[in-house]
Amino acid sequence: MTEPPPPTDTHCPYCALQCGMCLRRVAAAGPDAPGVAVEERPGFPVNLGALCGKGSNAADTLAGSVRLTTPLVRDRRTDPLRPATWEEALDRAARGLAQAARRHGREAAGVFGGGGLTNEKAYLLGKFARVVLRTPHIDYNGRFCMSSAAAAQRAAFGVDRGLPFPLADVARTGCLVLVGANPADTMPPALRHLRELREAGGTLIVVDPRRTRTAELADLHLRPAPGTDLALALGLLHLVIARGRVDEDFVARRTTGFAHARAAAMAHWPERVEALTGIPVGQMRRAVDLFCDAPTAMVLTARGGEQHSKGVDTVGAWINLCLATGRAGRPGSGYGCLTGQGNGQGGREHGQKADQLPGYRSLTDPAARAHVAAVWGVDPADLPGPGRSAYELLAGLGTPGGVRALLLMGSNPVVSAPDAPRITERLRALDHLVVCDVVRSETAELADVVLPSAQWAEETGTMTNLEGRVVLRRAAVPPPAGVRTDLDALHGLAARLGHPDGFPTTAREVFAELRRASAGGAADYAGITYERIEQEDGVFWPCPGEDHPGTPRLFLDRFATPDGRARFADVSHRPAAEEPDDAYPLLLTTGRVLAQYQSGAQTRRSPALNRAAPGPFVELHPRLAARLGVTDGDRLTVTSRRGTATAPARVTDAIRPDTVFMPFHWSGEGSANNLTNPALDPVSHMPEFKVCAVRVTKADTARTGAGEAA
Amino acid sequence: MTPRRIAVVGAGMAAARFARRVHELAGPGAVDVVLYGAEPDRPYHRGLLPALLAGGYAGASLALPTGAATVHTATPVLALDPAARVLRTAAGATPAYDAVVLATGAEPILPPVRDLYRPAPRPVPAPATATASATASARHGADPGTLVAPAARHDTPPALKAGVHLLRTLADCRHLAADAAPGRTAVVVGGGALGTGTAHALAARGLRVQLVQRAPHLIPRHLDAPGAATVRRHLEAGGVRVHTGRTATALTGPDHVTGVGLDDGQVLPAELVLLACGARPRTALARAAGLAVRTGVVVDDRLATSAPGVYALGDCAEHRGTTGTDAETAFTQADVLAARLGGHDPAARPAAAAPARFRLSTAGGELDVASFGDPRGDAPHTDTVRLTDATRGTYKKLVLRGDALVGAILVGDLSAVGELTGAFERGESAPPDPLQLLITEGAPS
Repeated sequence: MTEPPPPTDTHCPYCALQCGMCLRRVAAAGPDAPGVAVEERPGFPVNLGALCGKGSNAADTLAGSVRLTTPLVRDRRTDPLRPATWEEALDRAARGLAQAARRHGREAAGVFGGGGLTNEKAYLLGKFARVVLRTPHIDYNGRFCMSSAAAAQRAAFGVDRGLPFPLADVARTGCLVLVGANPADTMPPALRHLRELREAGGTLIVVDPRRTRTAELADLHLRPAPGTDLALALGLLHLVIARGRVDEDFVARRTTGFAHARAAAMAHWPERVEALTGIPVGQMRRAVDLFCDAPTAMVLTARGGEQHSKGVDTVGAWINLCLATGRAGRPGSGYGCLTGQGNGQGGREHGQKADQLPGYRSLTDPAARAHVAAVWGVDPADLPGPGRSAYELLAGLGTPGGVRALLLMGSNPVVSAPDAPRITERLRALDHLVVCDVVRSETAELADVVLPSAQWAEETGTMTNLEGRVVLRRAAVPPPAGVRTDLDALHGLAARLGHPDGFPTTAREVFAELRRASAGGAADYAGITYERIEQEDGVFWPCPGEDHPGTPRLFLDRFATPDGRARFADVSHRPAAEEPDDAYPLLLTTGRVLAQYQSGAQTRRSPALNRAAPGPFVELHPRLAARLGVTDGDRLTVTSRRGTATAPARVTDAIRPDTVFMPFHWSGEGSANNLTNPALDPVSHMPEFKVCAVRVTKADTARTGAGEAA
Repeated sequence: MTPRRIAVVGAGMAAARFARRVHELAGPGAVDVVLYGAEPDRPYHRGLLPALLAGGYAGASLALPTGAATVHTATPVLALDPAARVLRTAAGATPAYDAVVLATGAEPILPPVRDLYRPAPRPVPAPATATASATASARHGADPGTLVAPAARHDTPPALKAGVHLLRTLADCRHLAADAAPGRTAVVVGGGALGTGTAHALAARGLRVQLVQRAPHLIPRHLDAPGAATVRRHLEAGGVRVHTGRTATALTGPDHVTGVGLDDGQVLPAELVLLACGARPRTALARAAGLAVRTGVVVDDRLATSAPGVYALGDCAEHRGTTGTDAETAFTQADVLAARLGGHDPAARPAAAAPARFRLSTAGGELDVASFGDPRGDAPHTDTVRLTDATRGTYKKLVLRGDALVGAILVGDLSAVGELTGAFERGESAPPDPLQLLITEGAPS
């Protein structure tokens, strides 16, 4: 008998924690069983071996039956997808992209990426858009996820890294404020740090309209009405000032702009904020005392605070609270963002974003253009300028002046985009859609060409987790026959479009180029190598040289602004883009459940996860349920100005009586994104997933209008 | 494009909010907003003065944002010519405008009390140099907030007896704070929200405070008798002696006040007196300009007065028969008018009847009071539900008409305030057991 190969150290395919795990080769029990088993990897510091249900069942998505194993093409719009060879599929894909450019100009070709792609793929996808297609129109689903926190952090600190410190620091802070974050459901292994925080005497404040499992762990749970986090942050700053808790020395030495922020806070006095948020002033006072009495404190925001048409201002207001109290740029204190997608951080640093070049460089900065153009061997003048943001790009598909042929990689906007029915209609209106994915997703169903991608356990590449730690995923098994890596696909497309060179098919080669392209940028990877990542449990950027230790903690000496000082934001509360009225009297907020991930393209194909969370539901308060005359399990129809969704009622007093909640992992009649409002933040262009106005009816009485909630 | 010239008469909270919002909504360069304020300070948060007096906001500024507006402080507007669309200021300027917003606020009502004023003739008017310096400071003005630097006294002619105070402006607050040394005796005349809050603040500073309230109980506009009794116990626990059903009839002392005489003959010793007997809309300018004025400057749903191009909001305005708005309503009106005049939403209009809301709170939560809607519940066909906990000093009351929540009072424990006001404002029908509305999930026990 031959010795079995040693298990492969790698990372989970799901969220931004990028938990360490081992994959052990197993003799497949059948043709359809995964060839690896997930095992603990206790040495990795972020999760110390712990995995959630998504991670421990991750191998399910390797099974042959749930995934694509051959390219698919469609001969005519009305035909079904049929299997094809890679040659035929790549020829058709390249032809479709080239034809759109020829007929309508280069801007008619577009690219849409994803926050789950490795750094190497994200980098090469950006290069493909700008060098091969020479289109400005590339963006990615991270726009729906990270962009508001990113913009606010850049404005305040001069750089955007999810957490400016290792996650383990959270366990040692004195007071942690979680804003619109529910790690108990979205990143369970992180809870270890919250428990350690409590055991060490630290306090936890959770800001969430719902009493989530995370909120149940809190010393204080603040329940603002959806869309009022900005007012709450301003009200807390007001109380910090009123109670004499401003760190005047810190404000004077390390910040600018406090006078404006203070004036803005004066316009948000506690009783006004109480009226706006519904949070009693007494609870706000208690929050300020907990926050300021602790020797150190942190604020971490997530999608609940960020996915608003005022997300950038909201994050700015929470950063203001940290700055005014000296809780930033010091050990154990600071503001951070709990990044969502697996490579939400790295994916936005290396060129998938409509306005950025690798290394977090600005596409409008001549020096940045010259540097990247030199690495790519092109004339800087040939690099396109900034393109449209994700929702704007998708909403313009197939319209005059919009993108006509789209290459989409690692995203499922039919389920995940706001106002999904409209986006689905736009995808159908394309002349040509190419989708690279592991599974036959709802979006792949609309494609003209589908290219089956290798996935996490089958290919090597780096990811950058929410701490700014660059980690290495290693291939543990070869991809199934008929499946190729996305790097292979990009190489094949580039070659067919006149660029036989410059698109390597090995991740290591791409990473070497990425290091050079990022060198000198804000997210500098120049000193990071695969070998160092293996030896050091990941390397934190910036890391400008191989002799540089990397940067686990940012801002301890200075902020990354030209003068080294952090900037207060001058922000003011404003209503949500859509407030309740007589026709749509309730608020809808959306989010996640423990056992599903994003659009569910992966997790809905895992039997264990599907048993745990089989479908959508509408969470509502018992008083609202009583007024509607519904009980647990009754089917409800939720209607917004954009569409309807139908799902069973889940009655719980964990939600405010003016709000209903739906998870967004499903497509079809229960899709929450049939309802959501694509109103965009003016700075980040993040859509307002977290609040819109709806009415709720019992499904069987919907036609008569009976049973409406008033 | 020539920016639209918008003059704002007054530089209080409504004016500041309007200035900030109209700049945000109209975009850069679309409007040219100028505020003319009578006070020496730039716009600040008037409602925080009792908290400032109580020792909060130490060293901080109460200044409010004003967007890109030009603010002239210490520059009262003396006349308004709606036909010519011109103002005349105390500094002698005659600026023209495209639209003017009256935000002149309210002025304190003085009680009919004998010997309120100094017997001596009025002091000689301020010399010419003072006027000049007021003009010089007009462009910038002091940064409002700290109590350290008393500015020129903002006197109400004729001069009140020394030691007699009002609390309407930051200048008033500075004078009162300078006078309010620990150990002194003080009498507060008036037991409304301002009198109650300020009596508490003075006691917190270490003064020996008595409060005289003409009505049978405190804050009668917003509280019923048991609710007011709970507030009174909190006030007394803070060291304030309360006299209800008593009227102040006279002040004693020659130049400086020494006491307050009551209608029952007793004289309360007072080195310091605060008059907190309410306020009335400041309407003289509007009257003189020929605008329709009842109690306040009459405005329609567009916040337009009877004269073209002239708008009014905040404490000076009378909308659908209501005057004396709270700060939240003034902000809402300012947002509506900013949307109209900034071109953002020309059809914006204020809520037909802003729900009556009342909130009083102190830094330590000793005086936490909320009421809204019809808090008394003495109208026909109303039911009331009350919860009183004398030990914890809490009082909760719901007023219902049928299954509709039409009013409520919360004293001492406000954990249900968000839930209740939400249910009230949404017009939600009350559950079969209305007490459920007082049980809050997620609130600390």
